[in-house]
Amino acid sequence: MDVRAAIAAVPDPEVPVLTIEDLGILRDVVVDEPARTVTVFVTPTYSGCPAMDAIRQHIEHVARRLGFAARVQTRLSPAWSTDWMSAAGRDKLREFGIAPPGQRSEVASQPVGLSLMARRVTCPLCGSDDTQEISRFGSTACKALRRCNECREPFDEFKTI
Amino acid sequence: MIGAAGKLETAEATAAYCLQLGDDALIYGQRLGEWISRAPQIEEDMALANIGLDLVGQARLLLTRAGELDGTGRSEDDLAYFRDERHFHNVHLVEQERSDFGFEMARMLWFAAYQCELYAALVTSSDETLAGVAAKAVKEVDYHRDHASQWVLRLGDGTSESHRRMQEALERVAPYVRELFEDDAVSVAASDGGAGILPSSLWDNASGHVSRVVVQATLTLPADATWRSRGGREGIHSRPIGYLLAEMQHIARSHPGATW
Repeated sequence: MDVRAAIAAVPDPEVPVLTIEDLGILRDVVVDEPARTVTVFVTPTYSGCPAMDAIRQHIEHVARRLGFAARVQTRLSPAWSTDWMSAAGRDKLREFGIAPPGQRSEVASQPVGLSLMARRVTCPLCGSDDTQEISRFGSTACKALRRCNECREPFDEFKTI
Repeated sequence: MIGAAGKLETAEATAAYCLQLGDDALIYGQRLGEWISRAPQIEEDMALANIGLDLVGQARLLLTRAGELDGTGRSEDDLAYFRDERHFHNVHLVEQERSDFGFEMARMLWFAAYQCELYAALVTSSDETLAGVAAKAVKEVDYHRDHASQWVLRLGDGTSESHRRMQEALERVAPYVRELFEDDAVSVAASDGGAGILPSSLWDNASGHVSRVVVQATLTLPADATWRSRGGREGIHSRPIGYLLAEMQHIARSHPGATW
């Protein structure tokens, strides 16, 4: 297997249906074939995301198995946005029971802060638009918790940033 | 280090500036972590922990940058765990003891309003790392500010008891607010060099946001307090920071050099 493809297929440890490529955090892979080294540039989702260390280790492990020494570098700029998530990634999230993020432009056009949020988020389980926010902060930094008023099931929403 | 002209050298000024911002984020992140299992509901345990985690993440990047620039080669861990109270440069607001939930939301509203303006301005910092940290963090703190705003609205415009306690919280936080917006030698030098922004220039927008939330929450923004905290930027702190540092640093100091 090509080292570039192997690295792109590294899963997110918290949302294992997504690869780091789906998530949009894999910014660049520079392979030096003669030297058997590979430099990988990743952008963290959130500054304090604890999954970054696990992702770094996984990348190094995958590269090592193919005979490459990997150097993983953090690239802060430009800052990661959920708009970088691939369409395939969004579909996978929905199938996994997590509502995918909206487009950032939609969020930006709404007044922030002074009204209790009333955004339209579709339930990934039954498809109803009648859902409400339970908590803006979910099980990981990148998710919020919602409930569907139609099928009554709680579900995670990938926050739009 | 003071240069020949008596001014802070650019790299030193940027390092000291990163340390101030990093210390604010680190100490408040540590305080917020104390809420885990103490918040009024489990969702709020998670929210406050997540906000604290964002802040610790910002602190890691800022302290790392400070250590790169100040010539000492200190790592983020050296700076977080092996400095004493006098060498921390955070404002007093973030080190105050955890109190009731209303106090926390009043403190968070002010701090996040300040950080939103701060990071928005630093996106164009001449220090590339600082600009990158700011571009990332500005989205995070926008979320924190919104979270605090919503709680202040809910509590202020809630029951008579929640209204009374939210008002009281605003008044207890008030003496610590101005220190965030005071220019000192470090921020002036960092701003002159293009890496930083004058804290005083952030006041209008930050206080404007807080004031809009407070009014909509049927509360009253306290008049300027009769006393103000000061000294944090120079390492002169209030009593609670000693206890906070003892808890935050004791494992690292008991087992120096230990790794996972």
